Amino acid sequence: MVPISYYLVLSGILFACGVTGFLIKRNIISIFMSIELMLNGVNLSFVAFAAQWHALSGQIFVFFVMVVAAAEAAVGLAIIIAVYRTRETLNIDQVDLLKL
Amino acid sequence: MAQTIPQGVEYVRILPEIVLSLFGMVIMVLDPLVDERSTQKLLGLIALIGSVAAIAATLYQSQFPGLGFWGMVKVDGFSTFFHILVTAIAAVVILSSFEYMQVQQIRAGEYYGLILFGAVGMCLMSSAVELVLIFIALETSSISTYVLAGFRRRAAISSEASLKYFLLGSFATAFFLYGVALMFGATGSTSISVIAQALRLSPVPVLAYAGIAFMFVGLGFKVAAAPFHVWTPDVYEGAPAPVVGFMSTAPKAAAFAVLLRVMFESNAPGRLWLIWVAAALSMTLGNVGALVQQNVKRLLAYSSIAHAGYLLVAFAALANNGIPAAMFYTASYAAMNVGAFAVVSHLAGAGERYVTLDDYAGLGRRSPLLAATLTIFLLSLIGIPMTGGFFAKFYVFSAALQANLVGLTIIGVLNSAVGAYYYLRIIVVMYMREAREEVPAIPVSPALGAALGISVAATLYLGLLPGRVLEYASRSAAELLH
Repeated sequence: MVPISYYLVLSGILFACGVTGFLIKRNIISIFMSIELMLNGVNLSFVAFAAQWHALSGQIFVFFVMVVAAAEAAVGLAIIIAVYRTRETLNIDQVDLLKL
Repeated sequence: MAQTIPQGVEYVRILPEIVLSLFGMVIMVLDPLVDERSTQKLLGLIALIGSVAAIAATLYQSQFPGLGFWGMVKVDGFSTFFHILVTAIAAVVILSSFEYMQVQQIRAGEYYGLILFGAVGMCLMSSAVELVLIFIALETSSISTYVLAGFRRRAAISSEASLKYFLLGSFATAFFLYGVALMFGATGSTSISVIAQALRLSPVPVLAYAGIAFMFVGLGFKVAAAPFHVWTPDVYEGAPAPVVGFMSTAPKAAAFAVLLRVMFESNAPGRLWLIWVAAALSMTLGNVGALVQQNVKRLLAYSSIAHAGYLLVAFAALANNGIPAAMFYTASYAAMNVGAFAVVSHLAGAGERYVTLDDYAGLGRRSPLLAATLTIFLLSLIGIPMTGGFFAKFYVFSAALQANLVGLTIIGVLNSAVGAYYYLRIIVVMYMREAREEVPAIPVSPALGAALGISVAATLYLGLLPGRVLEYASRSAAELLH
C-alpha cells in the first residue's frame, strides 16, 4: 500500500505548482487554471487526511470544494469575458488601467 | 450525533440567512418580470425591506442561543453582533445606491439581490463554528462581491477591478482552504471547538502551525492586511463607489469575526508574531501609501489598509479585552466608512468622473451640508474625540498596552499622526480652496440623505455613548471564551 505521506507530498507539489503558475503566467485563463490546480491540490490532501483519520467527512468536503470551485468558475469566466469585451486582450500585463 | 433531522429551533438559528436568501431570490425572480424603468426602485425597496427583516430576525434569533445543525452554527452574543452589523451595512448601502444607480444609468435589479446574497455569506461567517462551513460562507460572500465590483460593466476600469479582485480573492481562498485541510490533518476535525481541545494537548503538531499560517494568509487577503493588500487600491478605485462602501466594511467585519473565532476560540498557537508583523506593516504601508494619492477612492483604500492594521493590533492583545476592542472597531469603522463612500458616490457623478481631490475643492461653499457630513466621517477616521473612531482606537491601543505590546502601540500612535495629514488634506481642500471648474452640484436624494443620516448618527453615537456597545461586546467576548 502507498503510504499517506506520498499523497500529502503530491498535494503539496500540486499546490505549489498552482501558486507558481499564478505568479508567472501572463494569460488570464492560465492564471485561472492555476487557481483550480491549487484547489485540487487541497482536495487531494483532504482525501489523504480522511484516510489517515478514518473520517468520512474529509471526503465529503471535497464535494463541497468542487461545487464552490464550479460556482467560482462560472463567475470568473463571466468576468473574464467582460474584460475581454472592453480590452480585447487576455494578457494580464495589458489590463493595466489601474496602476498596481 | 443522535438526532438526524434538524429541529425547528435550529432553523431559527439560521433565520436571518433564510430571510436574506428568500428576499434575494424574490428579487432575482421579479427582475425580468417588472417594467424596466421601475425595476431599480421596486427591487431596491424589496432589498431594503429584506435587510430590515433580517435585523428583526436576528433580534428574534438572539433569544435562542446555542448550537445548530450538528454543531455547525452557533448563535451567541458574538454572532448576533456581527449579524446586526452586516445587515445594517447592507441596508445603508442599499439606501445609498438608489441615487447612484440612477445617475450611472444601471438598470439591472440583480445588484440588490447580490448585496443580499453577499450578506447571507457574511452573516453565516460570523455564526459558523466549523471550518468547511466558514469556507462556503466565505465564498458566498466573495463571489457576490466579485460580481458587484464589476457592475459598471461598460466601464473598462470596473471590469478590470472585478478581474483583479476575483483572481487575487480566489488565490487567497485556496490558501485558506489549504489551511483548513492542514488543520483537519493535524486534529482530525474541522469543528473549532474540537480543534481547540486538540490544540490544548501538548505537543501541538507542526501541521497545526502551518494550518494557522495558511488560514491567516487567506483571511489577511480578505481584510486587506499588508503584505496581502496589493489588490485593495486598484479594486477600490475601479469598483462602483457604493459597492466599495459595502465591501470595505461588511466582508471585512465578517472576515475579522472568523479570525477572532479561529485565533481566540481555538487558541491558535504561534499567532502573536504573525499578527504583530502584519499589523505593523498594514498600518505603515497603508498610511504612507495614502499620503501621495490624488484619487479619493484610492486614498480611502489605503486608509482602509491602515485601519485593518489598527484592528489587527487588537488581535495581538489578550483575549478578554482584545475581542471587545476589535468588535467595537469593526462597528465604528463600518459607520464612518460606509458614510464616507456614500458621500463619494454622490459626488462622483455620471461615469464616476469627479473622484479626484481637485474635484472636492470648494465643496464647503457649494454644498455646505454635504461637506460637513464628510468632515465628520474624516474626523472619525482620524480618531478625533466625540466620534466613534476615537474610542475605537482608544480601546484597541489600551488593550495592546495591557498586553505589554508597547512597541506595537507606539507604531500605531505614530501612524495615526501620519494618517491625520491626508484626512485633513481633504478637509482643507474642501473648505480652503476655490472650486477650479464648475463641478455640478446635484441635490441629495432623500434615500441618500437617510443613509448619510444613519451613518452620522452611528458615528456620533459610538463617539459619545460607547458604553452600551462596548459592554455588549465585552459580555459576548466573555461568552465566547466561556
